Amino acid sequence: MFKKILIANRGEIACRVIKTARKMGIKTVAVYSEADRDALHVEMADEAVLIGPPPTAQSYLVMERIIQACKDTGAEAVHPGYGFLSERAAFCEALEKEGIAFIGPKVKAINAMGDKITSKKLAKEAGVSTVPGYTEVIKDAKEAVEIAAGIGYPVMIKASAGGGGKGMRVAWNDAECLDGFERSSNEARSSFGDDRVFIEKYIEEPRHIEIQVMGDSFGNIVYLGERECSLQRRHQKVIEEAPSPFLDEATRKAMGEQAVALGRAVDYQSAGTVEFIVDSKRNFYFLEMNTRLQVEHPVTEYITGLDLVELMIRVAAGEKLPITQADVKLKGWAIESRVYAEDPFRNFLPSIGRLVKYLPPKESEVVRVDTGVYEGGEVSMYYDPMIAKLVTYGSTRDRAIAHMRDALNEFFIRGVAHNISFLAALMVHTRFMTGRISTNMIAEEYPNGFHAADVPHDDPALLISVAAFIHRRYMDRAARTSGQLLGHERKVKNDWVVLMGGHQHPVHVDPADSGYDVVYMGETYQVRSDWQFGQPLFKGTLNGAEICIQVERRDMVYRLFHWGSQADVMVLSPTVAELQKLMPEKAAADMSKYLLSPMPGLLTKLMVQLGQEVKAGEDLAVIEAMKMENVLRADHDAKVTKILAAPGDSLAVDQAIIEFD
Amino acid sequence: MHDIIHQLEQKRAAARLGGGQRRIDAQHKRGKLSARERIEVLLDPGSFEEWDMFVEHRCTDFGMAETSTPGDGVVTGYGTVNGRLVFLFSQDFTVFGGSLSEAHAEKMCKIMDHAIKVGAPVIGLNDSGGARIQEGVASLAGYANVFQRNVMASGVIPQISVIMGPCAGGAVYSPAMTDFIFMVKDTSYMFVTGPEVVKTVTHEEVTAEELGGAIAHSTKSGVCDRAFENDIEALLMLRRFINFLPPNNKEKPPHRPTPDPADREDFSLDTLIPDNNNKPYDMKELILKVVDDVDFFEVQPENAKNIITGFARMDGWPVGIVANQPMVLAGCLDIKSSIKAARFVRFCDAFNIPIITFVDVPGFMPGTAQEYGGIIKHGAKLLYAYAECTVPKVTVITRKAYGGAYDVMSSKHLRGDVNFAWPTAEIAVMGPKGAVEIIFRQDIGDAAKIADRTEEYRKKFANPFIAGHRGFIDDVIMPHGTRKRICRSLAMLRDKELENPWRKHGNIPL
Repeated sequence: MFKKILIANRGEIACRVIKTARKMGIKTVAVYSEADRDALHVEMADEAVLIGPPPTAQSYLVMERIIQACKDTGAEAVHPGYGFLSERAAFCEALEKEGIAFIGPKVKAINAMGDKITSKKLAKEAGVSTVPGYTEVIKDAKEAVEIAAGIGYPVMIKASAGGGGKGMRVAWNDAECLDGFERSSNEARSSFGDDRVFIEKYIEEPRHIEIQVMGDSFGNIVYLGERECSLQRRHQKVIEEAPSPFLDEATRKAMGEQAVALGRAVDYQSAGTVEFIVDSKRNFYFLEMNTRLQVEHPVTEYITGLDLVELMIRVAAGEKLPITQADVKLKGWAIESRVYAEDPFRNFLPSIGRLVKYLPPKESEVVRVDTGVYEGGEVSMYYDPMIAKLVTYGSTRDRAIAHMRDALNEFFIRGVAHNISFLAALMVHTRFMTGRISTNMIAEEYPNGFHAADVPHDDPALLISVAAFIHRRYMDRAARTSGQLLGHERKVKNDWVVLMGGHQHPVHVDPADSGYDVVYMGETYQVRSDWQFGQPLFKGTLNGAEICIQVERRDMVYRLFHWGSQADVMVLSPTVAELQKLMPEKAAADMSKYLLSPMPGLLTKLMVQLGQEVKAGEDLAVIEAMKMENVLRADHDAKVTKILAAPGDSLAVDQAIIEFD
Repeated sequence: MHDIIHQLEQKRAAARLGGGQRRIDAQHKRGKLSARERIEVLLDPGSFEEWDMFVEHRCTDFGMAETSTPGDGVVTGYGTVNGRLVFLFSQDFTVFGGSLSEAHAEKMCKIMDHAIKVGAPVIGLNDSGGARIQEGVASLAGYANVFQRNVMASGVIPQISVIMGPCAGGAVYSPAMTDFIFMVKDTSYMFVTGPEVVKTVTHEEVTAEELGGAIAHSTKSGVCDRAFENDIEALLMLRRFINFLPPNNKEKPPHRPTPDPADREDFSLDTLIPDNNNKPYDMKELILKVVDDVDFFEVQPENAKNIITGFARMDGWPVGIVANQPMVLAGCLDIKSSIKAARFVRFCDAFNIPIITFVDVPGFMPGTAQEYGGIIKHGAKLLYAYAECTVPKVTVITRKAYGGAYDVMSSKHLRGDVNFAWPTAEIAVMGPKGAVEIIFRQDIGDAAKIADRTEEYRKKFANPFIAGHRGFIDDVIMPHGTRKRICRSLAMLRDKELENPWRKHGNIPL
């Protein structure tokens, strides 16, 4: 076994690999860029080596630096994690030359699976079912139309070297096919410097289901069940689970065996993933094989009880797989939510910055948090905006979902925008709960983005009674301020009114042991908690059942987050609540006649002048943020009536720049 | 007897109705509460003791003899906020537009005199059209009597004004002399001359809201300390605000028990200061993580944002916080921020509220606008305020403390009691680059040399040790222990005694 390994990655995956290595008694070496000096993986590793400036092309992607770091520290093997150098055959070869082991598959397998066209051919030869299509390079648009007609519309035109949705087009008829071919090859050329495209059948209501395989150098290869990764947003996975709620035993076995056959065909010796697309009739077609550890591997680990990183290390060290296919038993259900630094309300715009507050849920038998950050750390503009992976387990899917809901309620992040409430909303969505998911579900259900304040809470009484508790506790404390008139001290009354969602909810709040009994609509809610002022999480019990609600106090308002919904709540005395009805409802200012800054940044250019008529689509201003220039354009024709910011100003989110008529 | 009681009830009922239901309804329609409803929201339930309900005006001209309402347009008395005594007046817009008559002013003066006598705050809820024109100079005399009392009460008892309607002309000068002014958005305005006069004199066209609304005064003029959405929010937040203040200048501010441990550490503060010392960070994060229960009542949050002022508690005891904000203008001191902070420091000093100062200041703002605007005198206000101040002063330098601005920000030299520095503190005359360009002027053409010298200067001064050598800072503390160290310092300073030499009054550069 290796004595020391280097992890050529950062963030949560580096931390995750270090954990397993540590458990196996292997010393670890982290590498880091200048932006990651204070990163968690650097702190966790036994040694850490600086490998360059923040941009990945000058640090995490520079093979020589990493190999040098191995030599300098005496690391015998490299775990590449995912992304970065994990699927670079050249890296593998370079390591081999230096006598350093690569904890991953062999060069041959990486090469074979790296190219979409080659991998498809190989798959076909290995008897793996592939999407009906034409895997040869297509000469021109005319040929594309002929091929498409042969396959039958709709078809998908894809870049051979593609990925991330670039160079992909769906065509429903000849005209779209002609146009799509041109566009795809152009995009492919500009994005990948390779204009080869191919055509295949377009699958409707597709699901993305993948098989985890694991091989060793003795020719053993097993499959470890599937993962359903259909919940995606613009080809970015959001929620994954294992097993799939859609597969039956026969399909699972068929898919697994085909995946193993493909693995065998390329002599696969590590952890790998064979991705399939599955249609509504459980027909499955090979998509591609990822020759690395996947982000979502923890769900497989939960249901198989295996540590995939450990297996990868053992196999790379020349050990035999300790399991056979017969040993692989799937038990229970696991779900993973990807917590991203992005703002669901602003169309999932990535967010960067300091994690002012970061309180992940507590880990347990059924809750696992893979994270690479900490409170006071930074989400950097240079890297992936994933903050953490939250994984929960249950004996059934429903239980795993329930644990996920609880865990998301507890996950508290401030400082950067995040998608926790969005994930929580998915967890209570009927389509998700009933397993009716597809890769299009998010686009279909949330066409206009997502705003937690628009999500009604299932159980308003829960929020009402918790708000009553919190307010009463504040009032009881205020009543203990010193300097009161003797004999005329403040006595806190028991009747209150909770204002939520435009309605007044009268409650009666009786002090009880370690909490309050809140009477609402004739029912008593026993709220018990040791919650204290200013704490962001209200943890306690409601009629004996555990609850956790996120609380933010903003002047008179308590902002509560729970189950993906957000509510602004006020608690007033009955007299004041009555007077509150006289307060004018202030409509939010109409911001449609303003050009607002969509992000914090520097206003570098203003292209219009006072009184100027602008046409829809015309460039108005340039904002520099995250070292990128963002051009703001006019939505519609309008006249500039006021200019509210000048070049050189730093702008806050939603700050007005220009006023129109 | 029965007759008298009957009359009493009638008078009370008439007083309670003020200018009548129709006018109360009109008041409501404008989104405003009546004078009495406001008192109900502000005070502890049932605690209001009303005085002078039977006072009526004495004017007989212009048909005034026929129109008189008991109370004469202002409700006065005392009550409690969280059991603590406050005196208050609440002007009633439904009675002669809340205009100030001689009798109306006398009522205000009476409660102010009492408040000074017993040592309790005065709260004014202002909603008045101005002078009672029918009364002529008697009304003006009324104003002046109030002004005089505002001045006599200043620094003796806290005075707080809430502007909840019009407040124009001479009337503005009573609130102006109180310690804090809160305003209600959309329904209140303050100006010396209204939009019509402005138009005739300067030909400027502005609305009342633009000229003197809550937004204008809280973002531009600095007249308003906090702007609120409506009457109820303003009054309930005022309840919270009062809880930070002592009743008078002889007593300590009120203690409130807290479950927040005085020795709580917060390790996320260790990474608050960015590697690059020109990169901003949010000073409010530090404040919120250091104070009790994440509870910070900011004063003037929208004006001169390059300095933060406000109240919080440490270990249950109120403190005033002054902090440079690197997020705005790099946290440098300019005219507006100096005035804002100076007034805040003087309030704290007058009312025995210890001051915590968080320093990250690159210096004073340069430019003709600043110099012509009198930054010399205005900057001196803050310096004067800190130097004169005798309450406990605890200072934490988080990063830059450059030049004269270092001296100003509660430095050891201005009788700072406990002065801490974080390891990231740089206490120097100026930033390394500027310093080198002066000291090594002859090398300016030689970029490499300048770079070397800059590095040399940085190594020497970009740390807290030079100041530490001389005892100008008492200790270098880790950011995570900031709360603990401040709480302990304040406990040590609780019985601090320090007096300035007797004088009639100092001559602060006004």
